[in-house]
Amino acid sequence: MADHAPYPPATGHAAEPATGRPHAHDSAHLHVTGAARYIDDEPEPPRLLHLAFGLSSEAHARIIGIDLAAVRAAPGVVAVFTATDIPGANDVSPVAHDDRLLADGEVIYHGQPVFLVAATSRRAARIAARLGKIDYEPLPALVSVAQAQAAQSLIEPTQRMARGDAAAALETATHRLAGRFAMGGQDHFYLEGQIALARPGEDGQIHVLSSTQHPSEVQHLVAHLLDRPSSDITVEVRRMGGAFGGKETQAAPFAAAAALVAALTGRAAKFCCDRDDDMVITGKRHEFEVAYDVGYADDGQIAGLRLLLSARCGATVDLSPGINDRAMFHADNCYWLPAVEILSERLKTNTVSATAFRGFGGPQGMLAIERVMDDIAASLRLDPLAVRIANLYGPGRDVTPYGMTVEDNIAPALVARLRETSGYDRRRAAIAAFNAASPVLKKGIALTPVKFGISFTTTHLNQAGALVHVYADGSIQINHGGTEMGQGLYIKVAQVVADVFAVPVSQVRITATRTDKVPNTSATAASSGADLNGMAAHAAATTIRDRLVAFLSEEHGCPANAVRFGADGVVAGEARVEFAALCRMAHRARVSLSSTGFYATPEIAYDRAAHQGRPFYYFAYGAAVAEVVIDVLTGEHKVLAVDIVHDVGRSLNPAIDIGQIEGAFLQGQGWLTTEELVFDPQGRLLTHSPATYKIPTASDRPARLTIDLWDGENVKPTIYRSKAVGEPPFMLANAVFGALVQAIAATAPETRRLPPLDAPATPEHILAAIAGHLAP
Amino acid sequence: MTVRFLLDGDVVQIDAVDAADTLLDYLRGHLGRTGTKEGCAEGDCGACTVLVGTLDGQGQGLIWRAVNACILLLPMLHGKALLTVESLGNAGEPDPLQACMAENGSSQCGFCTPGFVMSLHGRAIGAVGSDLPVPDVIAGNLCRCTGYGPILAAADVAPAHPRDDAATVAALQSLASAETVSGGTGGRRWFLPRTGEALAGLLGENPQARLVAGATDVGLWVTKKLQSLETAVFVGDIAELGKISEDGPGLVVGAAVRYADAHAAFARLHPDLGELTRRIGGLQVRNAGTIGGNIANGSPIGDGPPALIALGATLTLRSAAGRRSMPLEDFFIAYGRQDLAAGEFVESVTIPRPGADDLVLIGKLSRRFDSDISAVCGAFRLSLADGQIAAARVAFGGMAATPRRARVCEAALTGQPLAPATIERAAAALRDDFKPLDDVRGTAEYRLQAAGGLLWRLWHRHLGEKVSVLDCAAAHG
Repeated sequence: MADHAPYPPATGHAAEPATGRPHAHDSAHLHVTGAARYIDDEPEPPRLLHLAFGLSSEAHARIIGIDLAAVRAAPGVVAVFTATDIPGANDVSPVAHDDRLLADGEVIYHGQPVFLVAATSRRAARIAARLGKIDYEPLPALVSVAQAQAAQSLIEPTQRMARGDAAAALETATHRLAGRFAMGGQDHFYLEGQIALARPGEDGQIHVLSSTQHPSEVQHLVAHLLDRPSSDITVEVRRMGGAFGGKETQAAPFAAAAALVAALTGRAAKFCCDRDDDMVITGKRHEFEVAYDVGYADDGQIAGLRLLLSARCGATVDLSPGINDRAMFHADNCYWLPAVEILSERLKTNTVSATAFRGFGGPQGMLAIERVMDDIAASLRLDPLAVRIANLYGPGRDVTPYGMTVEDNIAPALVARLRETSGYDRRRAAIAAFNAASPVLKKGIALTPVKFGISFTTTHLNQAGALVHVYADGSIQINHGGTEMGQGLYIKVAQVVADVFAVPVSQVRITATRTDKVPNTSATAASSGADLNGMAAHAAATTIRDRLVAFLSEEHGCPANAVRFGADGVVAGEARVEFAALCRMAHRARVSLSSTGFYATPEIAYDRAAHQGRPFYYFAYGAAVAEVVIDVLTGEHKVLAVDIVHDVGRSLNPAIDIGQIEGAFLQGQGWLTTEELVFDPQGRLLTHSPATYKIPTASDRPARLTIDLWDGENVKPTIYRSKAVGEPPFMLANAVFGALVQAIAATAPETRRLPPLDAPATPEHILAAIAGHLAP
Repeated sequence: MTVRFLLDGDVVQIDAVDAADTLLDYLRGHLGRTGTKEGCAEGDCGACTVLVGTLDGQGQGLIWRAVNACILLLPMLHGKALLTVESLGNAGEPDPLQACMAENGSSQCGFCTPGFVMSLHGRAIGAVGSDLPVPDVIAGNLCRCTGYGPILAAADVAPAHPRDDAATVAALQSLASAETVSGGTGGRRWFLPRTGEALAGLLGENPQARLVAGATDVGLWVTKKLQSLETAVFVGDIAELGKISEDGPGLVVGAAVRYADAHAAFARLHPDLGELTRRIGGLQVRNAGTIGGNIANGSPIGDGPPALIALGATLTLRSAAGRRSMPLEDFFIAYGRQDLAAGEFVESVTIPRPGADDLVLIGKLSRRFDSDISAVCGAFRLSLADGQIAAARVAFGGMAATPRRARVCEAALTGQPLAPATIERAAAALRDDFKPLDDVRGTAEYRLQAAGGLLWRLWHRHLGEKVSVLDCAAAHG
């Protein structure tokens, strides 16, 4: 019995290109058999220490004293560390140097790590971590958005993005309304919790296995923490058991803690965080409150809009500037806003620092404008879809509030197609008839579009490196800066490289992401993984192929353009050679069969001070129709049917892409329905386990869910004209929220008001929205 | 003094077992079987799902169950057979289900995948619950990546895979013991009594002993509160406590009957009780959690008690001194305090069958339909005579410190015509019955409003209207 997939001899040639085909995930055979290794599955090194943090019991307080005698005396404890034990910088933050590994003098959120226990077992470390006696002098704690607003507690000045004279447009518009609305945060709930394993090497070097989307940042932070050069620290990650943005910056404290203990004790150290601790310690999606004032015409077309986006950023800066910028960038969604002012208020609170999560602020900005669309439609008693269509970008009205022209505006065509294929109009009529005859159950339907900007909005992050080795037997190893968290990045890049050499993708061995192979990488984030790393790997592979072409053309005296890599092998003029034989020949002829590759996204430039420019290389689009039913007696709801059309350009791998679309959609549905984070007035997170925090289960998936890919290719020369897919489909779930609003509206269909539904649409929020809607 | 179980046909013998040792830690740490994952260590995500086989009552066949290894305490595995994901195919030769899942894109990050494989393998081999729709079979498995579609699709095409368990049955018979098995470490002790009499005797000698049935609650004391178990008595496999009798005027359910095993009988008693049971935990939790445990732990949010109280259930307690019975509602005295004397244990619960003129409704309200804990669980039994409500039993969980009857509401219903005005008065009366708390699962106001909503649901259903969003299909496109 073989515990690995059959690995073909490296003589194959691909009958057809690998890209564009539905290859299974490269690790699928390992996942289903339990053979895929995650960090906690690695054999444990001898004398391994297990780690746990002692956590703050206060949301905001000065630390008067720390008594760790009981911790040190607990069975199995080998060492206990506080901030003063850190040789270098006590800093695990991505940008602003304001996240401490261990609290130093002050705690700024409930659950913040204060001290670090190293013990001979995980249970011993966890038990001991609860025995610390810390004296606090409580300081005033700001927990809610309202408290932070009142105190004008901000992580950075309020940002303004504007065009035209919104105030004047509001004054002169035919209709005008104002509204507000709130949406909750979201826990990532990656199934593999935060984990790192650090091993001390010789001469001060440290090797860290970290479940991180950003190995380079972990490397740099560990180096600064230990006061070592980056070249002494190697960070490696083969795969994560889910991440969704939650391991972009939030993996760092666990890796830093493990590295610290390894450096200070000389023993290997593992931090496998308990689920409840993980949920308390680490950041989540930003909670937002939205206020709007909109002027519009009889058909619902917006004349002017003022929008205030207020985000609870938590105790530190983390990635909140970029996340809130992206909320502003997506407050137009697919809609032309002729005169607009978007204000973005970034509130500092004594709660865990909010962080990256699939969509990175985009979902909140986009849901805000969809709410405005629904409100306009309610006031005019129009079909919300008619109002959306009236406001779509179009010729002569195709510039975003930040001054970027929408070049490939496929949203109108995509919406029209979905309206037709989903039977939206017929179903809307059928639903109205159903509702008229059904006192307890009310249905709703909504169609919402998505336009999502692709690129890191911090321009310099849009770069990637890769390293490709071709061995003399014709087998190929690839490595790049992107990390695999389940999204299928590795198989996509392997497909790209396989096609460069016209070999089967099974001939390409994908290796773990390591900072000693590809340095100075960006996080695998912003949906950019395949765009950036696919291009970098393509460049590396093409460099090697070019060398092979030059070698063959010289060998056979034919021009370079007569050398072809194809299904029948490598052809050079009249000669034909197996790829593996060619590699052997090239090696003997002393041709280098290894190369790096590099890619930097062209065209993008952004002036953040003015909030104008081209932050995105291109847009990805999609649209969804959702049909829901609610119970007006209890607030229960069910998503009945969802139809999706989504744009991935020319798909690199339709199976992977459809998987991303479905998974993102359901995660978005969870954000807007069952997933509710509850903090108490003291700033304690009450929903810190799957017993109280409810992500969707299988039965929450709509009984009917159809996903069609839009036929088209990227207008930009991305890797094989594909488009990014990780984040955009998350926002397809806005249709679910819109449909729920329509179902609630059906309890009083004659009113011109929008039901006051806040997200997530829990039974409690739905019942409250019904009461609000029925109130005189 | 040792725990013995069968793993892939081989006897595994563990000495010096502590009652708080979990199967998951043993698999991953001692056996190197790292395919079984820790996702939450509290029985809520299913990443650690394994299959446990127990000899059936006749000792002739095996009953397989999917359970969460993270809260399965090692003594509970004594005398049983175990399958982990490594027991199936491997990467080079996956079994048919694994191959289907790999080909269908059923995994993305892959971390939850072995748990799904085991739940669906259970379905393929005819484990308890394999007659349920697939979404119910995997309701206790969380996936954050796929949206579940490719997992459901793979389950649809994966073939049934019956096992030949003859050798396992024979091997388990040789491990079986009629005597109490015991063990322990560090001064802590655990016992596996085999009869009610032995249990009564043990409790007489160790009145402070902690009774553990399915460990779906006690398991979290170990993994989350980090408690140790000084003296633990495992009662889940006492055969006489595991019996269900449907012969009499109602059901007699032994305290150690698992929810999964009571499901069908409960559904026969009343469809709402079946539906409630379907929504108690995921299948792994129902395969471990017992009716008696759900009562004896006295939780204010346990889902069994309100329904059983409304149906008029009586509880039988037993000790070395004998037995006594009481209406179930009288068992719950206050938060954390039950009418259970030292040395006593819950032996059975007797649930009368609703009459033909009884109107019954049981409703569970939670953020998520499957594998969630109630914000409010309400149950009603109205006995009708000539259009009048002759008698009313109304009970709620989540509304007070204990599961409790709503006496003011009952009074507002009794003797009244079944009519909207009565429902309105009775719903309003719930505000006199209960002063619920604001907590993580809902505010007091929501609870009161939704509890009244359940009473209205009863009325609308009586009129023949559709009242559950779960009974609704999409409009045709």
